[in-house]
Amino acid sequence: MSADAPASLTRLRGRLWPRRRSDEGASGAWYPRWYWPTFAFPGTLWLVLLFVLPFYVVLSIAFGTVDPVFQSPLPVYEPWFWTKKYLLEEWHFATGEFVGVEVRTLVYVVLATAICLVIAYTVAYYVARFGGKRKVLFLALLIAPFFISYLMRMLSWVELLQPNGYVNNVLTFLHITPHPINWLAGVPFTVVIGLVYGYIPYMILPLYGFLDRIDKSQLEAGRDLGANPFWTFVRVTLPLSKPAILASLVIVTLPMFGDYYTNNLLSGSPKTTMFGNLLDNSMESTGQGPQAAILVLFLVVFLMIPMLYYLRETAKAQRNQ
Amino acid sequence: MSETTRALPLAQVEADEQATSVPASTRTPLGWWRNPWRRPHILASATWMYLVWSLLPVLIAVGISFNSGRSNSVWQGFSTQWWWGHPKFDPSGALLVSPELRAALIQSLRLSFLTMFIAVPIGVAFAIGISRWRGPAPAGSNFLMLFSFVIPEIIIGISMFLFFTYMVKFIHLGTIAQLLSLVTYQVSYPVIIVRARLLSIGKEYEEAATDLGASPTQAIRRVLLPLLYPAILVSFVLVFADTIDDFITVRYLSAGASTEPLSVKIYNYSRGSLTPAINAAATFLLISTLVIAVFGVFLYRRFTAGQRGQSQEMAGYMT
Repeated sequence: MSADAPASLTRLRGRLWPRRRSDEGASGAWYPRWYWPTFAFPGTLWLVLLFVLPFYVVLSIAFGTVDPVFQSPLPVYEPWFWTKKYLLEEWHFATGEFVGVEVRTLVYVVLATAICLVIAYTVAYYVARFGGKRKVLFLALLIAPFFISYLMRMLSWVELLQPNGYVNNVLTFLHITPHPINWLAGVPFTVVIGLVYGYIPYMILPLYGFLDRIDKSQLEAGRDLGANPFWTFVRVTLPLSKPAILASLVIVTLPMFGDYYTNNLLSGSPKTTMFGNLLDNSMESTGQGPQAAILVLFLVVFLMIPMLYYLRETAKAQRNQ
Repeated sequence: MSETTRALPLAQVEADEQATSVPASTRTPLGWWRNPWRRPHILASATWMYLVWSLLPVLIAVGISFNSGRSNSVWQGFSTQWWWGHPKFDPSGALLVSPELRAALIQSLRLSFLTMFIAVPIGVAFAIGISRWRGPAPAGSNFLMLFSFVIPEIIIGISMFLFFTYMVKFIHLGTIAQLLSLVTYQVSYPVIIVRARLLSIGKEYEEAATDLGASPTQAIRRVLLPLLYPAILVSFVLVFADTIDDFITVRYLSAGASTEPLSVKIYNYSRGSLTPAINAAATFLLISTLVIAVFGVFLYRRFTAGQRGQSQEMAGYMT
């Protein structure tokens, strides 16, 4: 637009608004100081208004008070009036009544993530190294779960695992079990495998992306120096992929800590309640005061370290690119 | 370029394999195990087993949506009664007949398309701005953006619910609230995808354009944006796919049953009365995602006609 404008006008505008070179002597174009910030402005404003501000509401409720009659939370927006009363009450629950749930969540998430890693690494490694001509087909099949809704994938298991479903049919037909197993009645195994099933695609693709980029000459060097395939893998591939493994662990673990739906669909029993279910329950029942906000706050604080780790790694990867 | 360098060592390995006469010892199980050039049968079967495990249940669920009986777990014959009803049966439960499910279906499509057309432009502009603008401020904005990406969705859902219930009370729960929070959650996808693309194409094209007399805006519109089309398309498809399946944020923000999209209905029914109509609903979400994806691939091919390694590159965005 400004190129079409008469030169005198451009010069005048240059005097009104200070400008700077986009790059030291490299480019001929002059970019106004506000030019690039304008692009980022809508997104930033959106996040400030609809991501930061809602979280401030969470804080105001967590540190706020409660309506004496309806037990509904009364947010306090002035930090200097904040009270820790309800937070401490909830902390009392979190370190008492809820400890069982928290330990269970941790055990389920760790187990599910470990199983995820073993399967995901195997698949990603095979496709990256031996995919050959079929690589595109493999990739399409690995990406497919991203286009299938999480609900659809869980629903299909809910149906397969019914007492009269196909899984039980096969098991009783093969005489592995004498009578059908009620998989959906609060079996921890079902929940953990459900979590693995739900989140494993998010692990395979980043691992694949990394393993595919490993320089083959490094592996050949390992082989030339006398290591067999196994030791080449242990001494070369595995150490090289450590950052990718850590990043993919974080990607999978973070949503698992907030997951309530897998559990609700595949079990729904108090025997397998996870932290996500506590959050969801606090939303469904009214009159619990600021409980939901406080539990959200606890979860954010708990997940802060893995989240920051992931952000740092992403920033580092972008800088190296 | 990378294709040839990659192919070379592989051909070498295969040549070696044929050249060395297979020692007799490889025929015994232990010898087979020790043979360094044996094919990775174990890895291959593990991968195929994973793929079957990951996709077969979904295919079965799609099949069940054409079940002729009420059962969700046993095949009772083919019919389309759970899709558009059948005169012999009570059609009120069918996906395209039941007023409740039909309203949910429309709500799903409305939310997904609106989210897609709001989140992607904001995200693309943000990505361009943030990768060219220098200083500490863009780093902060970018940090915020990535933070909204990694945070568990339930946290966004609950904080949005509290936000609309206690602070911004003039926006009632319902479509607007759902839309605002969906965009908040989805806006980071295009940012991440487009930024990756921007980093790989570098600044040279834009600088060449401005050196040849284009204004900054012209350089973006005529040079940078066409280079970004593939990434933008992938963002559209991914945001659509993710939004139409989303039920976590949306569930808390729906004002009663009337603004619940199909995904929320599926979630609610999955816990109680399941009929094959729910499978039909889930299959519908799958089909609409596939339609958008195929449309995206079609446009992608048009924009990148003559460029090599398209499918590989497209897959690259996903990783």
